[in-house]
Amino acid sequence: MPELLQFTFSGLTVGAVYALVALGFTLIYNASDVINFAQGEFVMLGGMTTVFLGLAGVPLPLAACLAIVLTVIVGLALHRFAIEPARGASAVVLIIITIGASIFLRGAAQVVFDKRFHSLPSWFGNDPIRFGGAAILPQSLVVLAGAVMIVLLLWVFIDRTLLGKAIVATAANRLAARLVGINTRRIVGLSFAISAAIGAVAGILIAPITLTSYDVGTLLALKGFAAAMLGGMGSALGAVVGGLLLGLLEAFAAGYLSSQYKDAVAFLVILAVLLAMPRGLFGRASVERV
Amino acid sequence: MSSTRMAAAAGFCLASVFAAGAASAQVKVGAVLSVTGPASFLGDPEKKTLELYVDEINAKGGVNGQKLQLVVYDDGADANAARTFATRLIEEDKVVAMIGGTTTGATLAMMPLFEEAQIPLISLAGAIQIIEPVRKWVFKTPHTDKMACEKIFGDLKQRNLTTVALISGTDAFGKSMRDQCVAVAPKTGITIAHEESYGPRDSDMTPQLTNIKGKAGVQAVINPGFGQGPAIVTRNYRQLGITLPLYQSHGVASKQFIDLAGPAADGVRLPAAALLVADKLPDSDPQKPVVTGYTKTYQQKTGQPVSGFGGHAYDGLMIFVDAAKRAGSFDKAKVRDEIEKTKNFIGTGGVVNMSPTDHFGLDLSAFRMLEIKGGDWTLVQ
Repeated sequence: MPELLQFTFSGLTVGAVYALVALGFTLIYNASDVINFAQGEFVMLGGMTTVFLGLAGVPLPLAACLAIVLTVIVGLALHRFAIEPARGASAVVLIIITIGASIFLRGAAQVVFDKRFHSLPSWFGNDPIRFGGAAILPQSLVVLAGAVMIVLLLWVFIDRTLLGKAIVATAANRLAARLVGINTRRIVGLSFAISAAIGAVAGILIAPITLTSYDVGTLLALKGFAAAMLGGMGSALGAVVGGLLLGLLEAFAAGYLSSQYKDAVAFLVILAVLLAMPRGLFGRASVERV
Repeated sequence: MSSTRMAAAAGFCLASVFAAGAASAQVKVGAVLSVTGPASFLGDPEKKTLELYVDEINAKGGVNGQKLQLVVYDDGADANAARTFATRLIEEDKVVAMIGGTTTGATLAMMPLFEEAQIPLISLAGAIQIIEPVRKWVFKTPHTDKMACEKIFGDLKQRNLTTVALISGTDAFGKSMRDQCVAVAPKTGITIAHEESYGPRDSDMTPQLTNIKGKAGVQAVINPGFGQGPAIVTRNYRQLGITLPLYQSHGVASKQFIDLAGPAADGVRLPAAALLVADKLPDSDPQKPVVTGYTKTYQQKTGQPVSGFGGHAYDGLMIFVDAAKRAGSFDKAKVRDEIEKTKNFIGTGGVVNMSPTDHFGLDLSAFRMLEIKGGDWTLVQ
């Protein structure tokens, strides 16, 4: 029984990390149908910038805020200089542009920062919380709470504000959105900015657990993307559920089956789910842009 | 008459060209290193070390009256690129010797070319396959993972522990060391009771460690791995409150590991080269002057802390330079013979004694068993 609980704790820890990364995909996808593969680099930038500002003597809370601001600037620049000039292109082309941007950002980070691993201190120390024979680190709960907060904020933003509705309108039909006076260019830019902020927050929250380095984004983006697909691309709730599910699958596969095949098991389940529900668990069936 | 004059003039010109050539003649030493890419934390200090010491050697007048010219190519940890650069070193740069590659993959890809061209190659990569079987022109300086396993098992024996569990990374380093440990375990009387693994980028290893914790009879845990994985294993180990001795590999023998694992690293043991504990070695240690000297030079010139990897490059370069001095020329065959005759060379990695059957020359004494206490290394006696 303590094993089951420990595996669950592990799954929730890893799952919360995936969920946070997956959340970043939703907004850009909603506004522009683009899956932003540079999302992992936003996560990396958040963590690494905080680490390096911290090393330079900036107090960590301030460093974290500056890191978010910087990542938002990078997100806006990505939109302005890479996505916007190619606005007539299809979503696939734009996705490939984001892959290029991701490689560029990783290379730049290698030069600007360094090639080592770094860590941030946990918010509430490293003493595990023991419960029923299992142990969980307080930081895991922070990450989980962060994911829930972001989902709530996104929900309020999308469903309760005019600006959020403008994003939904842009996603549904860009021409119609423009006709009713929405500046769709600005809306897509805004979605990049917010996604960058979400990525940076994720990077800062998870750095004490996953550690961070210039290339931390690659695999996180892959797992986060898988989680987002599982939950239904574009759905914030789906991203969190998908992330947690993926984490739990990995933990149980590692614990009960074999640590060699945990990734394979997780991806097999994802394939099975997507075969049965091609839009993911919480995917919308409607907004298809033609 | 005019024709003889012309011939004389031509002869004079040629002679002066040759003379000028001889005066500025530089001997080219090649290096294909992974300065960027995933193995950059190995290749970067290696490159800096080579540049630093080639400059120093030249400032002191060079070797055999000739200056060394270092030709470095960056393979980005891609074995195909390494092979291309190896060809360029051999055919265009016409190097007299080669130091590198950084990774086992790159070395294995380049070895046949240097064998064929009959140019000595001193590899900076870990795997034992590079020198087993012995190849005439191929040498290497870094410790092998087999030695790390033997060192750990020896320490276990001293503590009367015989049953262990392995949790290894699935990256090349972790896999290779795991295989070596499994292979030497029966010979040293160690039983591996349980095995777990993790992906190189995993962020939580508690399920695997929970299984190890629940396994009866396990007396110690060994973690062959590299990068950030071992730091997370160590943290999770303490998180779960496991009290068995934990052994890490020489792959994480850097201050960075202690920084990343934090207080959880306390009590962890690992085998490592003397370079890491330069200031803690007793003055009687034969390696003390070499490792403190290298540490001082490297830190002064680069402003960065030393790593064992740069030390391997130092050893490789110095073994070559010593051999060339003994050979009295840069004749490739003579230099090769002299490298093979290297005896009692004291490097950062240990005391090197090469022979026709051993192109590596380190024994177990090259590894020190370290224990992390209060965020610093201590020597286990």
